[in-house]
Amino acid sequence: MRCNLIPSRFKVIRDNEACVSCRICVRECSYGVHSYDEEKKTLKADSTKCVDCQRCVSYCPTGALSIVLNKNTFRPNAEWSCDSLKEIYRQSESGGVLLSSMGSPVKSIPRYFDRILLNASQVTNPSIDPLREPMETKVFIGSRPERIERDERGRIKDNLPPHLELDTPILFSAMSYGAISLNVHKALAMAAKELGTYWNTGEGGLHEDLYKYGDNTIVQVASGRFGVHSRYLSAGAAVEIKIGQGAKPGIGGHLTGAKIIGDVSRTRMVPSGMDAISPAPHHDIYSIEDLRQLVSSIKEATGYLKPVIVKVAAVHNIAPIASGIARSGADIISIDGFRGGTGASPVRIRDNVGIPIEVALASVDQRLREEHIRDRVSIIASGGIHNSADVAKAIALGADAVSIGTAALIALGCHLCASCHTGKCSWGIATQEEELTKRLDPEKGAERLVNLVHAWTREIQEIMGGMGINSIEALRGNRLALRGVDLNEKELQVLGIRYAGE
Amino acid sequence: MPREGEVRIPSGCAISGIFSRDRSLVNGSVIAKSISVMHERSNGLGGGFAGYGIYPQYKDHYAIHVFYDNLQSREETERFLDRHFDIINLSKIPTRPNPRIKDAPLIWRYFVTPLPHRLSDSHLDEDEYTARCMIRINNTIGGSFVFSCGKDMGVFKAVGYPEDVADFYRLEEYDGYAWTAHGRYPTNTPGWWGGAHPFALLDLSVVHNGEISSYDANRRAVEMYGYSCNLLTDTEVITYILDYLKRKQHLSLKECANVIASPFWSTIELKDDDEKERLSYLRKMFPSFLITGPFSILVGFNGGMMALNDRLKLRSLVAAEKGRKVYFASEEAAIRVIEPELDRIWAPRGGEPVIVTLDKEVRR
Repeated sequence: MRCNLIPSRFKVIRDNEACVSCRICVRECSYGVHSYDEEKKTLKADSTKCVDCQRCVSYCPTGALSIVLNKNTFRPNAEWSCDSLKEIYRQSESGGVLLSSMGSPVKSIPRYFDRILLNASQVTNPSIDPLREPMETKVFIGSRPERIERDERGRIKDNLPPHLELDTPILFSAMSYGAISLNVHKALAMAAKELGTYWNTGEGGLHEDLYKYGDNTIVQVASGRFGVHSRYLSAGAAVEIKIGQGAKPGIGGHLTGAKIIGDVSRTRMVPSGMDAISPAPHHDIYSIEDLRQLVSSIKEATGYLKPVIVKVAAVHNIAPIASGIARSGADIISIDGFRGGTGASPVRIRDNVGIPIEVALASVDQRLREEHIRDRVSIIASGGIHNSADVAKAIALGADAVSIGTAALIALGCHLCASCHTGKCSWGIATQEEELTKRLDPEKGAERLVNLVHAWTREIQEIMGGMGINSIEALRGNRLALRGVDLNEKELQVLGIRYAGE
Repeated sequence: MPREGEVRIPSGCAISGIFSRDRSLVNGSVIAKSISVMHERSNGLGGGFAGYGIYPQYKDHYAIHVFYDNLQSREETERFLDRHFDIINLSKIPTRPNPRIKDAPLIWRYFVTPLPHRLSDSHLDEDEYTARCMIRINNTIGGSFVFSCGKDMGVFKAVGYPEDVADFYRLEEYDGYAWTAHGRYPTNTPGWWGGAHPFALLDLSVVHNGEISSYDANRRAVEMYGYSCNLLTDTEVITYILDYLKRKQHLSLKECANVIASPFWSTIELKDDDEKERLSYLRKMFPSFLITGPFSILVGFNGGMMALNDRLKLRSLVAAEKGRKVYFASEEAAIRVIEPELDRIWAPRGGEPVIVTLDKEVRR
């Protein structure tokens, strides 16, 4: 007799009166939950396999399906949560590291964005109507020299290193081909081009078909150096050196051989079927001076035509780390917070390592100012940007721009079932199975991404207009535009903002 | 009640300015008459003036005007000045009692020149040396506030209506080739005189009407370059930005205006290639110094004056000419009252600076 210590988390509820036995649910579920009993002529559901991806619910033509939480409860215990027990059952069964995907769902760590309020103009200065007046969201990111220079005729020389030009301060975060499908890459690339912003290849290289989007592409160089060659480096508008990511600071990556097939294998330059393991550190970067050399090497390789971004996870001493990066020759620092997403991460790392982006960003911005080098570099913040207000708050805390990964995937249909690591994404996003990847039409996907970013941009313009600010650079680091609620003095001090009413 | 500097106080205002291109002298009473017409634009909580060419006998010395809360702060400041400067002359600034000017601090004036050995040891130029010393006094000596420290120019300001401030400082005893004036309408009581305008650093003085929405972005940026915004006023931060761009980055005034009131990208797009490149460069190089929200400012400096509106022109500002004289004011009436017959009068467009300087033959 099989004993299952872990009851299913969800229950599939089928309204048998509404169900017409069309079997669409059987076809759509990639986790094998639904099946058709030929003898009884009825549909069955194995709830133990359900991840609550909502695919069947979304596609059920009669609305007969719903997924609910299993009401079965372990004996309530204030010390031991039900999840803690389940994890112990799982580990004592498998002896393995717990894996999950997407950003940390931990409730006990505050989402500071939700405790920060924005300002608006009243009486003493006017709010500005974005429908009637220009409302500028264009931003240039890159490094700046300390002084201007003039030619012999006294005209200012253009001594600015190359910059990225963003029509709106929102980029798409790095997500690798392999972790996500080519169709997702296509959708991101097309959307970035349409929006006048950038998407990021992640560490899996750039598919041949996407080189044409190079002007809107940031190509990533990570510790595994997968897919990195000179044409790749020169194909993008900027090169990003990935040191870490918010979902798994200090941890490398592991893409299973099952996903390294066909074009993924070719693009990554990894033999088909072989696991692609990204080491935890870059083995040529054991210290800050090594980073400087890699930055220089990449600049040499690309003829000083591309800004170099260094992406790091938000960890405890992020401020001095960022300061070191700023002095390493990097043009842009990308900081990924605690809640950043991932295609696969050990749960313990994801939920216990690193710090939220709001505090990391605030302390980096402040530190770079104290060191008088904030204007020299640009900052991209990511990891927990849910909506346009979060974008505005991040910019007011000190970011030049933000990048969104999870939000972009949600726009493409992701329901945060946190099962990317299984490779069976029913929405055709985090999978390489052809049957599944074709579920995502890149053109329709691009349209949804464009809609999302346009909508956010309009909302940002409304927020700015309400504050009487008509250019995004006047919002950057403008912390008087923010007030905190439900925060203690230390939190306010780190965020560099005042309490509501002050 | 907190003093201004501990809190940020938004203000509405009136501004007025006169500039003689031929260096002909204008009496202080003239500018006082101009600003007094706009009485309704201030509320008795701040008024002030800046005059240029008013100290011809000491024109090569820095004229330091200081507010003291008490004798102790004066003694400490004077010891500091003694250690760093040769004091040529010191005195109280002459005032006369005015029933509406209250709570006057001790107001002193020093004509000084940096001690040569201290200056050479500092490896700084004279202006930077003096500016740093003044910022240090304001930051470190409690109860002392240097509110004017330029050569051949001076700021006179107080809590009160501008016409009363002029009377208090006996402004009719000064003649200058350029004047700016300010009447303030703060929303809170400033608590002391430091927050009144003009705000000045070296010979650069600013009077401003508006409330900038970019304030904290600007403040946090300029504080990276050795400035300390103690008053939390727009005028203070604008002055420091201009000082940084003009004196440290060596931008021309026009270029400064293109930074702080940069044209919209859509406007820059329409310019010819050279201009497009120039304006784009300035915006990309100095994004932290773009000022948004309403402002009209008059910037005084030795030998010139600049008037500038925010790029949407959210505050009134009128300019006029009569002979070699140029006038600026929040309202036309403030110009007509001192010069009814004008050769030309116009409203400068948002973001387009009007810059006037002394004629070549009278420049020194």
